Amino acid sequence: MSSVDLLLPLLIAVPILAATLPIALGLWVDRTGWPVAALTTSALFAGAIALASVVSTRGEAVTHTLGDYPRTYGIELVADQFSILIVLLVTAVATGVLVYTRQGGPRGNTFYTAYLLLTAGLLGISLTGDVFNLFVFLEITSLATYALVASGDGPEAAVASLKYLILGTIAASMYLIGVAFVFMATGTLNMLELAEAIPGAESQTLLHTGVAFIVVGFAVKVAQWPLHTWQPSAYQQAPDGVTPLIAALVSTASAYAFGRLLVTVFGVEYLTAMPNAAAVVLTIGCVSVLAGTILAVIQTEVKRMLAYSSVSQFGLVIAAYGVVIAGSSETAFIGAAIHLVGHGLVKAGLFLGVALVARSYDARTVDEYAGLAKSRPIVAGAIAVLLLSLVGVPPGVGFVGKWYIALGAVQSELWPVAAVIFLSTMLTLAYAARLLEKMYFTPPARADPLHAPAPVATDGGNAGSDESDAEPTRDEPGAAIAAIRGDRSAAPVSTGMVAIVVLAAIGAVALGFSGGTIAELLDPFLTKVIN
Amino acid sequence: MIESLFSHYTYVLVFVLLGLGIYMVIASKNLVKKLIGVNLFQTAIFLFFISMAYIDAEDASAPIVPKDGVPLKVMVASPLPQVIVLTAIVVGIALTAVGLALIIRIYAEYGTLREDTLREVRADE
Repeated sequence: MSSVDLLLPLLIAVPILAATLPIALGLWVDRTGWPVAALTTSALFAGAIALASVVSTRGEAVTHTLGDYPRTYGIELVADQFSILIVLLVTAVATGVLVYTRQGGPRGNTFYTAYLLLTAGLLGISLTGDVFNLFVFLEITSLATYALVASGDGPEAAVASLKYLILGTIAASMYLIGVAFVFMATGTLNMLELAEAIPGAESQTLLHTGVAFIVVGFAVKVAQWPLHTWQPSAYQQAPDGVTPLIAALVSTASAYAFGRLLVTVFGVEYLTAMPNAAAVVLTIGCVSVLAGTILAVIQTEVKRMLAYSSVSQFGLVIAAYGVVIAGSSETAFIGAAIHLVGHGLVKAGLFLGVALVARSYDARTVDEYAGLAKSRPIVAGAIAVLLLSLVGVPPGVGFVGKWYIALGAVQSELWPVAAVIFLSTMLTLAYAARLLEKMYFTPPARADPLHAPAPVATDGGNAGSDESDAEPTRDEPGAAIAAIRGDRSAAPVSTGMVAIVVLAAIGAVALGFSGGTIAELLDPFLTKVIN
Repeated sequence: MIESLFSHYTYVLVFVLLGLGIYMVIASKNLVKKLIGVNLFQTAIFLFFISMAYIDAEDASAPIVPKDGVPLKVMVASPLPQVIVLTAIVVGIALTAVGLALIIRIYAEYGTLREDTLREVRADE
């Protein structure tokens, strides 16, 4: 037995300890936050890769019991094939987003403290094997997120953050009530022990109540319609450098935790036998898919549009869980896992791209994206690839995830779910295509020097004749437009920022090709929990 | 039914408290009162954990007391839920602190703590 299991507590403890450094060192030296955060997240990423290679070669979970207390009442950390995927995503995105924040801000040591605490909380959610510990890590994550959202400019950020805080706390408390009921019925909090104790527990009513509370709690945390109301304003008001992190990871980790509870703790067989469980989860998922996409289509702000798109994409994941419960479908579960990771990566890339565009091109609404492809060909190209991947155009990762989920639904003969997935793809195309059309086929309608710097919705249709005016901007992009528009917010963009968006786009496509690898990786886990 | 309600009166109280808390969050227009409602909601959960920790068992004993020394027919408190509540209280305090900090910032910017006034002020801007 090697000491590889020590990696598990280290992955959680190191960022928490490192989170104190920016503040402590900040007493003497300014600007220590970024180096500390960069060093820590890179180390975490390396640790995650090492852990992943051990888990995949060994083919079984790596566990670590904290303080050597027996797991019935102690806390156990577990890294298995499912959690390692999320750990890799969390560490990779946390490292990647730092490339943007170096110049793009927000700055300040306290920001990086919250950043590291958030990373620690997310890793904790992925690695814990204890249902109460999961609550604590959910709250650590949420607290750091509230602070990060509130660090946005302007008072609107505080309002958005408070809304998120109240809803998020109630949701976490709902989960805690669920845990209380489950604990009452079984007397243990360890996930594996619960899995053994639940099917034979005396009072099934307590367990059913617990499941109900847990489902509602996570429906809020994962931002499922109609409980999603905190999410769009939180994403929109958060600083541009923070949104990629939050959008890619926070709800993803919650969705992971929900899946973990469903398949590992309660078990597919148990939930299948439970009346209405599958129907409720399926309905929540499918309704969110449709409502989220429709709301996304009618948005004018790009950040808000992508936020609503998250509602629908997580709806797909929840619907996939529903398929897993209803049809014991391994395929749907693989789809959910791939879609979780793929959506996280795509959204991180998209929000980074949006932040970049807002910074250098001062465009925040869909209409303002007109002509982006000409002045910023690389970024526009990366955003286009990511958008197409989100829609589910092969070989993007969105396609693989949706394919597995739809295949699972068809195998389980859940035709409405398959129809919803198909319909949502069409609707996703509706809002993605709107942005693509603006970027590539609408010339910029802003050669007018009197154009007000305030975001006025410009009508792309009238600008059709401006082709000749738009030509010069091709030679000196960005700077020329910023000079013409006379706005001060156009800031320099480093090569690293562009590179990270491109990297996310490449990653989204590469992940699309590795769907089979992920399915293989998950195979031992699935054979254990399903059948 | 009535009898079981009387014998489990703590649970009834806990769920009344839960209802009060969430009602405050929904119905109160004042942001601070909303936060107090959240606190009430959480406190009810803490009490729920505490009240279910008592095990009316004949062969159980608190871990620090040797089993032989315990007379029969006592209520024994399982220490695990107590530890959970302790942790959850700390989490709750942190949440309250962050929430109050946000409310202070909102008040400094908009000069109001009322939700409806806040909505009007924000709509005007």
